[in-house]
Amino acid sequence: MSRFREVVVAALVVFAAAPALAEKLGLGREASPQEVAAWDIDVRPDGQGLPKGSGTVAQGEEIFQTQCAACHGEFGEGKDRWPAVAGGLGSLKNDRPDKTVGSFWPYPATIFDYVRRAMPFGNSQSLSPDELYALTAYILFLNDVSKDPKLELDERNLASLKMPNADQFYDDDREKTERSFWNRKPCMKDCKSKIEVLGRARVLDVTPESKTAPRVD
Amino acid sequence: MTDRVRENSGHGGHPGRRPSRRQLLTTTAAGLVVAGTGSVHAQSPRKPVIANAKNQPPNVPDWSKVLGDGVAARPYGTPSKYEAHVVRQDVEWLTASRESSVNFTPLHELDGIITPNGLCFERHHGGAARINPLDHRLMVNGLVDKPMLFTMDDIKRFPRVNRIHFLECAANTGMEWRGAQLNGCQFTHGMVHNVMYTGVPLKLILEEAGLKPNARWLLLEGADSAGMTRSLPLEKALKDTLVAFKMNGEALREEQGYPLRVVVPGWEGNLWVKWLRRIEVGDQPWHTREETSKYTDLLADGRSRRFTYIMDAKSVVTNPSPQAPLRYKGHNVLTGLAWSGRGTIARVDVSLDGGRNWRTARIDGPVLEASLTRFYVEFDWQGEELLIQSRAMDSTGYVQPSKAELRKVRGVNSIYHNNGMQTWLVRANGETENVEIS
Repeated sequence: MSRFREVVVAALVVFAAAPALAEKLGLGREASPQEVAAWDIDVRPDGQGLPKGSGTVAQGEEIFQTQCAACHGEFGEGKDRWPAVAGGLGSLKNDRPDKTVGSFWPYPATIFDYVRRAMPFGNSQSLSPDELYALTAYILFLNDVSKDPKLELDERNLASLKMPNADQFYDDDREKTERSFWNRKPCMKDCKSKIEVLGRARVLDVTPESKTAPRVD
Repeated sequence: MTDRVRENSGHGGHPGRRPSRRQLLTTTAAGLVVAGTGSVHAQSPRKPVIANAKNQPPNVPDWSKVLGDGVAARPYGTPSKYEAHVVRQDVEWLTASRESSVNFTPLHELDGIITPNGLCFERHHGGAARINPLDHRLMVNGLVDKPMLFTMDDIKRFPRVNRIHFLECAANTGMEWRGAQLNGCQFTHGMVHNVMYTGVPLKLILEEAGLKPNARWLLLEGADSAGMTRSLPLEKALKDTLVAFKMNGEALREEQGYPLRVVVPGWEGNLWVKWLRRIEVGDQPWHTREETSKYTDLLADGRSRRFTYIMDAKSVVTNPSPQAPLRYKGHNVLTGLAWSGRGTIARVDVSLDGGRNWRTARIDGPVLEASLTRFYVEFDWQGEELLIQSRAMDSTGYVQPSKAELRKVRGVNSIYHNNGMQTWLVRANGETENVEIS
């Protein structure tokens, strides 16, 4: 093999796999602390990322009525197909569970994080930290997570509130609990004796429009 | 009458217009995008559909006599006007607003494995952002040696790769947990598409910032008004995750995240953050709204599975299906798609008798990791009632379960990850309906 061919073969071997580089390429530039602080808006369940500020249930109620109630309802019960943010406690085993902040969400910090980045719908990232603490306090109060009408939240106490459904989540275990779906020899002949049609889809017009209808939001 | 309906479907399509719910019903029931009573009657032998007898042999057709359009007529090409009915459709009452909603890929109109860019289903949580790429920036911060900011030009100077992968929304088929509901594979299975992405391995971008030893998780954040955020295990990010800027050779479409999106092969679509603006490196997951309130799977005991990232093996027969009924007796081609987030598709079996007996389908075209795979069954049909099902098996030996098997372990309230076998009932007249069978 000529030296040239050796080089070509070596190059092919290297470039056939995904590129892997140990050396930095020198692309991009360092982000300044101010740039990072302005864009780094996420908040973790342990409170990491919470900005300084505070807000009360009463302040939150006022903001909620002007900025949120048009879609979520005066008491967070939801309107039309917009989601409820309160209610549904204890309904998760029901035939038609009502998954709300109070009945389903595991962490209060997620309320702060989500409202901060995505609400009000169509006017995102417009609320101040104080307003966000106030709204979070009001939503938690609506859900009886705190029964204290004078609750005031800030960066020190928000993460410590415990949500009712917090312990009811567990990591994906399909490879264990659905082990029976791995089957290299599935039945090919005479697999069933009786086959009946149990339901038909001719119901586009009768699919319920209530909030119990299936949703993808 | 059916013939005229067929012809109208070419002329009468209104690509920009949303079908009303009434029309949608007609569409799915008759399988043709046109208002009116379009029941199908498969005949034997069936007369071919003719639009204009003057263009039939022995006559010389119009298009053979006159000049066609010149080269500059369409600087960016579009499909023939006779294909105007091949469009994404939504189901308006599913969601509260179109900005936080979904539409569906017309799977029954496509073949092969690649989804054309303009037909890839859309799912937004705050509308499709419109971003000038000159102003777009990707920030990498958190547990890194040096927080970084990249322009789009920077991204395009990294070594890049091409990968074909399916993207399936975790809620695909989510409306069908309690039984057959939507009449058309576009609506039951259309939250999936398959695209060749060009992009940079995320590993290379992370290496540019330098990972701290305690780095375990990433937060991926979109620049849209939903500020979409998901936590991604670092292991997956380093293994095969891409930051992509092209789809099927051209720039990402705005509704698919232009100018930059994440590609997470085999994992649920919600993780493929569009309009990617920031990656934060951390030591634990963030438990964002999209991985707590949404995209967790509520099971019958009231507890919920979280971080159910992998899309299990799944398949669907796209033709025949309610929007694409059987129209001819005699020789017919059944076709469909199969995919698995765990590897490649090893085999697809098809039943025409509701799962009593199965035959192995013929796979044609590329068989790739975490990609749609095309299958065919050629069969003879003499007007007998059919109950069509398909069953995918992947390279790990996972076999797509029946809906009953799935409900047994999951209940009916998990919304996400419904990969149960679909059943289509074909009637004597060729009309095809979504049904639930024992």
